[in-house]
Amino acid sequence: MGLDFSIVPKYLDILLLGVAWTVGITLAAALLSFVGGILFALVALYGPWLLRQPFRLVSWVFMGTPLLLQLFLIYFGLVQIGIDLPAFVAGSIGLGLHFAVYNSELIQAAILAVDRGQMEAARTLGLSRGQALRKVVVPQAVRAVIPPIGNNMIALLKDSALVSVIGVSELTLSAQRVIGKTYRPFEFYLAAAAFYYVINLCMEWVQRKIERRISVSR
Amino acid sequence: MDTELMLKVYPFFLQAAGLTIVLSVLTALLGLVCGALGAAARLSRFVILRFLGAAYVSVFRGTPALIQLFILYFGGPQIGIQLDAFQAGVIGLGVNAGAYMAETIRGAIIAVDRGQTEAARTLGLSRWQAMARVVLPQAARLMVRPLGVNLNMLIKATALVAAISVVELTYTAQRYIGSTYKPFEMFLLAGVLYMAIIYVTGRGVAWLDRRVRIH
Amino acid sequence: MAQNQPFVDIRHAQKSFGKVEVLKDISLTVERGQIVGIIGSSGSGKSTLLRAINDLDPLSGGEIWLDGVQVNKKLPHRQYEAHINALRQQVGMVFQHFNLFPHLSVRDNVTMAPMLLKNLSRAEANRLAEEQLDHVGMLERIEYYPSQLSGGQKQRVAIARALAMKPKLMLFDEATSALDPELVEEVNLVMKKLAEQHMTMIIVTHEMDFAASVCDRVLFMDKGVVVEEGPPQVIFKNPTQPRTREFLRKHIEGAS
Repeated sequence: MGLDFSIVPKYLDILLLGVAWTVGITLAAALLSFVGGILFALVALYGPWLLRQPFRLVSWVFMGTPLLLQLFLIYFGLVQIGIDLPAFVAGSIGLGLHFAVYNSELIQAAILAVDRGQMEAARTLGLSRGQALRKVVVPQAVRAVIPPIGNNMIALLKDSALVSVIGVSELTLSAQRVIGKTYRPFEFYLAAAAFYYVINLCMEWVQRKIERRISVSR
Repeated sequence: MDTELMLKVYPFFLQAAGLTIVLSVLTALLGLVCGALGAAARLSRFVILRFLGAAYVSVFRGTPALIQLFILYFGGPQIGIQLDAFQAGVIGLGVNAGAYMAETIRGAIIAVDRGQTEAARTLGLSRWQAMARVVLPQAARLMVRPLGVNLNMLIKATALVAAISVVELTYTAQRYIGSTYKPFEMFLLAGVLYMAIIYVTGRGVAWLDRRVRIH
Repeated sequence: MAQNQPFVDIRHAQKSFGKVEVLKDISLTVERGQIVGIIGSSGSGKSTLLRAINDLDPLSGGEIWLDGVQVNKKLPHRQYEAHINALRQQVGMVFQHFNLFPHLSVRDNVTMAPMLLKNLSRAEANRLAEEQLDHVGMLERIEYYPSQLSGGQKQRVAIARALAMKPKLMLFDEATSALDPELVEEVNLVMKKLAEQHMTMIIVTHEMDFAASVCDRVLFMDKGVVVEEGPPQVIFKNPTQPRTREFLRKHIEGAS
């Protein structure tokens, strides 16, 4: 069976719908991973000991096991304890939590990397610990952390393909469905790859724009 | 927690972990070869090779590994490439990992001070001699740790071949979740084994890193 | 032809980085056994000129001849590589930041090039290394690694490494600029010893006292041109050009 790419445009609507879902789940999971990442980082750095230890264990497990395995756990685990979430929601939670752990590591490192002298200088001016954190430490840490978090978000886009296995109708699953009808895996997976690549390029472009803006104010 | 069930099925998980290790080793070896070639191409003095190297890195890092795997395994037969799932897994993941390793290797090479090449060239060494005798031995030390990170990602990425039914750890966990409805227990079994593999690899990388950093 | 031609002959050297012209039509000759010092502020082009002599920074225009052979001749890539590698074996170079190979012991730093390029046996290379390291007073550190040496010791090893190739010309690019003041003298002593053995040397330096004591001729460069050249007595005591006087005045103020 040779290749025939002329068939691809006929199913473009299905693929584009898949693109929309891919972008959607990437955004939803990214949002969750920001919020979760900040929360996890704050708990890990400033939380009480009793809270820190379980968090450390959870991060360790999330970073030591494959995302695909985690997705299976979350999807089937939730069902087992009686929570039947739509695949999209379960997928967003799985992806979001996974990347929240990675983001949390970056945020912790960035906060710790801000010079201790900065905190001391702020405190000698009479700022409280909270004020010093908010006004001095956090703004600097945010600038340091944006580029690597951008890399994580690009990784998230690519890993979003994995939620196809728990039934989220994003780009990969859409391609699979079309292939089920047409028996043309090469053409349609390649088309899906092309879409991913374009989204990826767009994200890299945005990342460069943001990085350029930050580097000015540093 | 159903410990009885876990005790019953764990031998299958151990066996699957063996396959995960084999997959990881083969993928890592292929990845290193592809990574070295990719880095060499990107550092070449020929524009064509530089372009090909950059395209390889960009395309394989810019699209999901799962899709790359599907193109190779399901789409391969259309262009005359017949591979079984295991072969497709090793080649697909290896070529993908190579794109990341190429950047690591290139990064380590360009991180070696320019003065080192200059000093070697000043003594009369050729480009290749300077690379082989002076730059690479130093770059090798710099790349142990970041290659360790690549290796860590690669081990976790071997889970993707579950999607093409290679009976490694994740596939085994998935199948037992489906047949027993005990997701936590199965996750625990597979998770512990993954973390053990990753922990041991991490220690190995740290040991190697200390060894090469003596001077 | 080597008889009637100067040993080092720089003809109309010109070099631009983009729109910035860092060397503007410089011509210069050095005779065998001569020691030439080049002084000038940073950005004057003195290092660029030195690095052009073994084609580390290729010229944009002009010619460089060494002992009757043109250094920067136009050749196809492969031939050029063979030509320049052979030529560089005859020109030793010492850098501001030493550039010792950190992964090799002092011994291997010195023996690598002779073994690789002159097919010396391990034993011959070892003898050579011991001889050269003895020469710079570093023999007892032969099994050390660069990270275990002081800056002055590193630079002496770097000189031994260059000398092991038996060069007919030595280039020094601010060899003592990166050193702590108390370590400068040990390196200067090694260079003086070389001068006494009539090694041909071109020395880029900002140490006026040292230049005055070892050089036969001193060039003052500014903004890509040689402003003034002559024997050190003249350049340092009686410079004719206002720019030279200005530079020396500032430099002596800055130093004291």
